[in-house]
Amino acid sequence: MTDWIDIAALEDVPQRGARVVKTRFGCLAVFRTAEDEVYAIENSCPHKKGPLAEGIVHGKFVTCPLHNWVISLETGLVQGADEGEVITCPARVEDGRILLDSTFLTERAVA
Amino acid sequence: MKKLVVIGAGMATGRALEHLFETEPGAWDVTLFNAEPRGNYNRIMLSPVLSGEKTYEEIVTHDADWYEAHGVTCRFGEKVASVDRDRKVVIAENGDEVAYDKLLFGTGSNPFIIPLPGHDLDGVIAYRDLEDTYRMMETAGTPGAKAVVIGGGLLGLEAAAGLRMRGMEVCVVHLMGHLMDRQLDEAAGYLLRKALTDRGIEIRCSTNSKQILGENGKVRALELDDGTEIPCDLLVMAVGIRPNVKLAQECGLAVGRAIHVDDQMVTSDPDVLAVGECVEHNGAIFGLVAPLYDQAKVVAKTLTGEHDSFVQREVSTKLKVTGCDLFSAGDFADGEGREDIVFRDPARGVYKRIVIEDNKVVGAVMYGDTSDGNWFFGLIKDGTDIADMRENLIFGPAFQGGTPLDPLAAVAALPRDAEICGCNGVCKGQIEDAIAAGATDLGGIRATTKASASCGTCTGLVEQVLAVTLGDDFVMPASQSICACTDMTHEDVRRMIKSQKLTSMAAVFQECGWKTSCGCHVCRPALNFYLLADWPLEYQDDPQSRFINERKHANIQKDGTFSVVPRMWGGITTPQELRAIADAAEKYSVPTVKVTGGQRIDLLGVKGEDLPSIWYDLNQAGMVSGYAYSKGLRTVKTCVGTDHCRFGTQDSTGLGIKLEKTLHGSWTPHKLKLAVSGCPRNCAEATCKDIGVVCVDSGYQISIGGAAGMDVRETTLLAQVATEEEAIDLIKAVTQCYREHAKYLDRIYKWMDKVGLDWIQDQVVNDLESRQAHVYRFELSQSIYRKDPWAEHAKKPEKYQPLADLTLEAAE
Repeated sequence: MTDWIDIAALEDVPQRGARVVKTRFGCLAVFRTAEDEVYAIENSCPHKKGPLAEGIVHGKFVTCPLHNWVISLETGLVQGADEGEVITCPARVEDGRILLDSTFLTERAVA
Repeated sequence: MKKLVVIGAGMATGRALEHLFETEPGAWDVTLFNAEPRGNYNRIMLSPVLSGEKTYEEIVTHDADWYEAHGVTCRFGEKVASVDRDRKVVIAENGDEVAYDKLLFGTGSNPFIIPLPGHDLDGVIAYRDLEDTYRMMETAGTPGAKAVVIGGGLLGLEAAAGLRMRGMEVCVVHLMGHLMDRQLDEAAGYLLRKALTDRGIEIRCSTNSKQILGENGKVRALELDDGTEIPCDLLVMAVGIRPNVKLAQECGLAVGRAIHVDDQMVTSDPDVLAVGECVEHNGAIFGLVAPLYDQAKVVAKTLTGEHDSFVQREVSTKLKVTGCDLFSAGDFADGEGREDIVFRDPARGVYKRIVIEDNKVVGAVMYGDTSDGNWFFGLIKDGTDIADMRENLIFGPAFQGGTPLDPLAAVAALPRDAEICGCNGVCKGQIEDAIAAGATDLGGIRATTKASASCGTCTGLVEQVLAVTLGDDFVMPASQSICACTDMTHEDVRRMIKSQKLTSMAAVFQECGWKTSCGCHVCRPALNFYLLADWPLEYQDDPQSRFINERKHANIQKDGTFSVVPRMWGGITTPQELRAIADAAEKYSVPTVKVTGGQRIDLLGVKGEDLPSIWYDLNQAGMVSGYAYSKGLRTVKTCVGTDHCRFGTQDSTGLGIKLEKTLHGSWTPHKLKLAVSGCPRNCAEATCKDIGVVCVDSGYQISIGGAAGMDVRETTLLAQVATEEEAIDLIKAVTQCYREHAKYLDRIYKWMDKVGLDWIQDQVVNDLESRQAHVYRFELSQSIYRKDPWAEHAKKPEKYQPLADLTLEAAE
């Protein structure tokens, strides 16, 4: 069974925006889309470690603020001609709260 | 005969009685209480009654004959005072006791009245029953009467449309950002707003009410949070309903948000049932008619001893305003793993969006053409696997095969009076006429109408008009669209924003036929700039459509830290400012302190979470953001001028400071660098800036279009003026002209190459009236944007902190 950790209220993250969550293994970027979906991925672009939480969110993608790599929030896969992948962490919203998968946070290293 | 008492003669209990009499005719002795002095009528048809499209008589469901034929004892206009469940009697207001074997609650709901000061004034009403409707019709009968409707939901808009149809001036005040925010997404909300505005209904979204103002006990106006007063003779509150559970609560039934019922519609008392808007089933409450009818069916079955279960189903919504065709169903927000299919047809004002999850349709919103609504609703309810029809799904059930979307649809949709060429005031109709008269290419159109013959930014649109009119006879030159979200170029979109008065991103997406639901990192920053430059008062800057540097008001560095550059007006600083900068550099362990090329100091390597506090410290010393990160005014570099220099001809430092103070905060298509040199020796290197001023004995030489980056360019003289005041005005005017016409990310020199220096001179040098108009528009924009973002952001430091720190928890 998945154990969920309550991180914050949904409105703490702006629509089409992101905030950072610090973990022992590095930072996660928690995104909220225009449709109020929430995704958590590693906050480091596979290209030059750009902070993805600072990128522009469009649809279910984020564009890295350093060199415009586009990364899927759902799969963590880099889009288009570039190649790479970031780690994704299960996240969901319940009663207006953002929940992250705790097993993921404790057992799996985020680069 | 079994005795049934029903409390409330609404649509749900009415339907339940119909089913009951069908199944067991003559088996029940029914007493029907109703607080309203009448029987069951079709409440959802009140809107057509209000608008005058129907009469009350036409919407009566059960008349006196029906009740008599089924032996129902009607106690209309009578409230129930209490229920004694131990003795199984209902006690009426006049003390009468009516015994029951089974009791059915259908107490419905009450409109929610916001407890604003003044809510009890005469003329403040809800929109719920026939009395409210008659009251509205009565007020609308007074010539010149005005109405305000609070609430832009289904009911509020139906009320507004009805009142408008009766000739009232109507204003809708809605708290959320778009109309019917529960049922529609932003794009459909935009189209709905447009349709209602076209009917003369004023719509104010994102608007908070403060109080209701009265005179002699009667409503006079609504006062908004910002102090605006909207005069009205009638104020309708349509902000939602609350289940009416008072009686149920008082007689001890289990009540949460509403009366708890099980799948058989039985309450916590096995002899008491409930149906309609007053019930809560599995945590949900109900406001639309479809589930109420399902419940009514189950009530009748339960009463007759048959087994049936109420199952919650997806619901769909349609607005009952003639001419506003909208449909929404299912869930089109929230949730992972969902995909969108979007279709827009600007010509017909059509928007359709289907939300798909696991190859099933889970939600649908449509506006303008809802003929396929029920088909999609069916797919949602049945959970149909749509993998095989996915490609053509959005076109509906009738679609076989297909042709690609028409990229010219947006231009084809423009009316004949839509302005295409802003410079020469040429409308689409004139171009069409010129084509009919024999002009079949761009050159011909330019020669006959002057369209696109000046600044040329409308060239793309003119070509599209040619293509739409001539069809295959016209070959479109290849042009570069903004990004994959659209087929239009920057210039096309800018013209559309201006001529069609598009003041929101949702409006641009719809009217220009965007192929994505919310754009991308390429188009959104450009649109954000165009909208705020063209509509400074109407459009609200969207930080989420800005590149990180402009969103966080600092320059991101390659390691994810930021650089902080306070303004030094005209390159002048003081010992106090330098001390404050030194203190900040030490306090926040700034690794690198560098003097920039723009005559100021850069603190490099500041951590994101320290930004608000370092800004606060610098603010305390009187310094503000230097906008070193912006597509906007950067610096005005100066030499020391007449103050100290033996060659100086004018006060170049003073002019530089004045220019920086008047221009700072303005957003431009790309960065904007200025310099003022005090004499032609040009120590401030003014002739390689975007705008340069070289002072001479007789005045000021203002030149534009320099560059010293990837391209190196010398400026070209725009004009020489005699006074400092004139110099400042001309610079403001040319900056505004650049803001209004250039493509996003074009520096002035690139823009000048496209439109030509002559054209710019015509706008801001030769025609003084036009220059003043540019200055006026610049100042209007600056009234919003000339501010220190650091001071604003330093007030909300929490936005810059991590959302959570799990480093400790993770270690456990």
